[in-house]
Amino acid sequence: MDVRSQISMVFHLDKCIGCHTCSIACKNIWTDRKGTEYMWWNNVETKPGTGYPTKWEDQEKYKGGWENVKGKLKLRSTGKAKIIFNIFHNPHMPSMNDYYEPWTYKYETLFNAPEGTDQPTALPISMVTGKYMDIEAGPNWDDDLSGSPIYAENDPNLSALTPEQKSQLFAIQRLVFFYFPRICNHCLNPACVASCPSGALYKRGEDGIVLIDQERCRGWRSCVAACPYKKSYYNWSTGKSEKCILCFPRIESGQAPACFHSCVGRIRYLGVLLYDADKIEEVAKKSDTELVEAQRSMILDPFDPEVIQAALENGIHEQVITAAQNSPVYKFVKIWKIALPPHIEFRTLPMLFYVPPLLPVMSSFNGETIKNMGEDFFPDFDKARAPIEFFGKLFAAGNNSKIRYVLKKQMAVRTYRRAVTVGDIEMDLAKKMLLEADCSVEEAEAIYKLTSLCTFNDRFVIPPAHREEAIEMLRDPLEYKQSVGFGFKEEPKRGS
Amino acid sequence: MMQNATLFDYFNLFWFAILPYIALFTFFLITIQRYTRTGYSYSSLSSQFLENKIHFWGLVPFHYGIILILIGHFIGFLIPKQVLIWNSNPLRLYVIEVTAFIGGLFTLIGLVNIFIRRLTDARAKVVTSNIDWIVLSILLFQIVTGLLVAVFNSWGTQWFAASVAPYLWSVLKFNPNIAFVTPLPLTAKLHIIGAYTIILLFPFTRLVHLLVIPNPYLWRKPQLVRWYWNRKKIRTQRSI
Repeated sequence: MDVRSQISMVFHLDKCIGCHTCSIACKNIWTDRKGTEYMWWNNVETKPGTGYPTKWEDQEKYKGGWENVKGKLKLRSTGKAKIIFNIFHNPHMPSMNDYYEPWTYKYETLFNAPEGTDQPTALPISMVTGKYMDIEAGPNWDDDLSGSPIYAENDPNLSALTPEQKSQLFAIQRLVFFYFPRICNHCLNPACVASCPSGALYKRGEDGIVLIDQERCRGWRSCVAACPYKKSYYNWSTGKSEKCILCFPRIESGQAPACFHSCVGRIRYLGVLLYDADKIEEVAKKSDTELVEAQRSMILDPFDPEVIQAALENGIHEQVITAAQNSPVYKFVKIWKIALPPHIEFRTLPMLFYVPPLLPVMSSFNGETIKNMGEDFFPDFDKARAPIEFFGKLFAAGNNSKIRYVLKKQMAVRTYRRAVTVGDIEMDLAKKMLLEADCSVEEAEAIYKLTSLCTFNDRFVIPPAHREEAIEMLRDPLEYKQSVGFGFKEEPKRGS
Repeated sequence: MMQNATLFDYFNLFWFAILPYIALFTFFLITIQRYTRTGYSYSSLSSQFLENKIHFWGLVPFHYGIILILIGHFIGFLIPKQVLIWNSNPLRLYVIEVTAFIGGLFTLIGLVNIFIRRLTDARAKVVTSNIDWIVLSILLFQIVTGLLVAVFNSWGTQWFAASVAPYLWSVLKFNPNIAFVTPLPLTAKLHIIGAYTIILLFPFTRLVHLLVIPNPYLWRKPQLVRWYWNRKKIRTQRSI
């Protein structure tokens, strides 16, 4: 058992209102520089929709992630043999047209325009070329556009649906959508790290954050092609690749990452998971239907004395173990089992988990709402407005039973709380539903509390990083006093 | 030689006995200095992200062509005797000449496409600097002179091994014997001068990317983890 700690995340999709505040917080801090204008380390998509970059989930197009070839894990497009032939031109590399051309407006024209009968307009100009341009796409161009033939109907996840389900999904009375905020998943088996020819990408041992060493990056862009979530980006100006850093300078000083901190719907949770690094390869090779359960089994119980002992022996700090015990992520993923990884069939073992949304499933059925009960007290999920297969494709590699379990439990907790607070539902019925959903009354209360009444400190349990001790072991801070500091020793300027 | 030296001889002396040392000295000094002081600037500086179509027809033929050609030059330089033995059979000489010429054509086609791409695509233009144009121009010059030599002074693999290789060795041994190259036709001389110019400019340009080709990738393990502290040490310190 090789115990390691990982800062992990849960996004509760029922609470996401699609306001993009997270994206803006991230953009303002990290990606407002030249060459990064088009990057959104954090972005929010509407599902069904094509996402950003367009159709990123379609690995027939982008060839990202891993595949299990006769018991061996292989990168789909950027493996060792392929890099020799693809290094001059990778055919699966997304280009700016797959994202969008960033633009601003020429605001002077508002003031300079000659007097006329119409209002002057600020014309859009490209942030790459500086020339006038026609805006054709943006980072959230599919926002709220469920039902649209350009965006929603091209969602790669719809391949799991029957033609009948598809036509129902797009019937105007049944239109449904939810939001899907995305950041780097800081995977346990990151394809970006494994694909980097220069060895510039790495996973931090202490907290599992995946980073790109800017000094060693040579701009081969393998990580961009290899990441199946398309969360590694190429800075066209500096000639280096960049990605979400999980705001590690904030985490190291005990603050939540900017996108977490600014989240209006309070949908984001962050905490430590302890996992067994010996199992990574074995788990990543499991069959699609086993993957969710296999990944869960790698996550270790932070209360188990054996695990604690092994963690201490591995140099994990007591305070990190305490943080793991209080981790909201551990509860959602391992104890309650209501948070699932996105597209785990890409086999990178993402460490960002999603609680699938119940609302688009529930508010359905001929305009009625919750009343439609089946024989087991639950609504018939197979008749739901958003087909369960869609969520199965997105969050469970096609294992729909995992989705059913989550939706049932959420529904049961909701019914139970309604019985407690409103009282228009029999408590007996609510308790039967809880039993049916594999949920005790205590658990229901705990889920309710952490979902609805969660404070800042409930949502973000950040272990102390003790970088002050670490840095003193590597360098003498006084040596840099009144000097350049620990950062860049040269200007991060584009080379020639 | 110096007694009856003409201006022409001094030219030869400069281009073939002095320039090589200026080029090599600059190459090593600046490359090492640039790598140690501003390692950040080492990058492929790819612009495939900005323009993805002509890119294929430029970069792929260019790189495969130039790699083939460079390997050929290097073999001729390294084992000239074996090359001469190989060439003793006319059929084999013919095969090697044709292969080299095709390689040259590939390089030329690729380079022309690169020119077209950088001249016509608005986005690619944004990331094309003046030094990039200088690099592209000198490369074009080099490929054109090389192909001219191949066409008008055929059996180059033969006389390269017999005259240029010994000359290059004499340069490397710090005893340049320009008598090997002075009788060469003008195009061949220009080609040699072009080569020295490229070596001279190399460390100031994007060409440095070929020094950081990622060969260790082929045998490293897939996942990399960096620890920012010695885990065991931190713990023992703590328990004191």
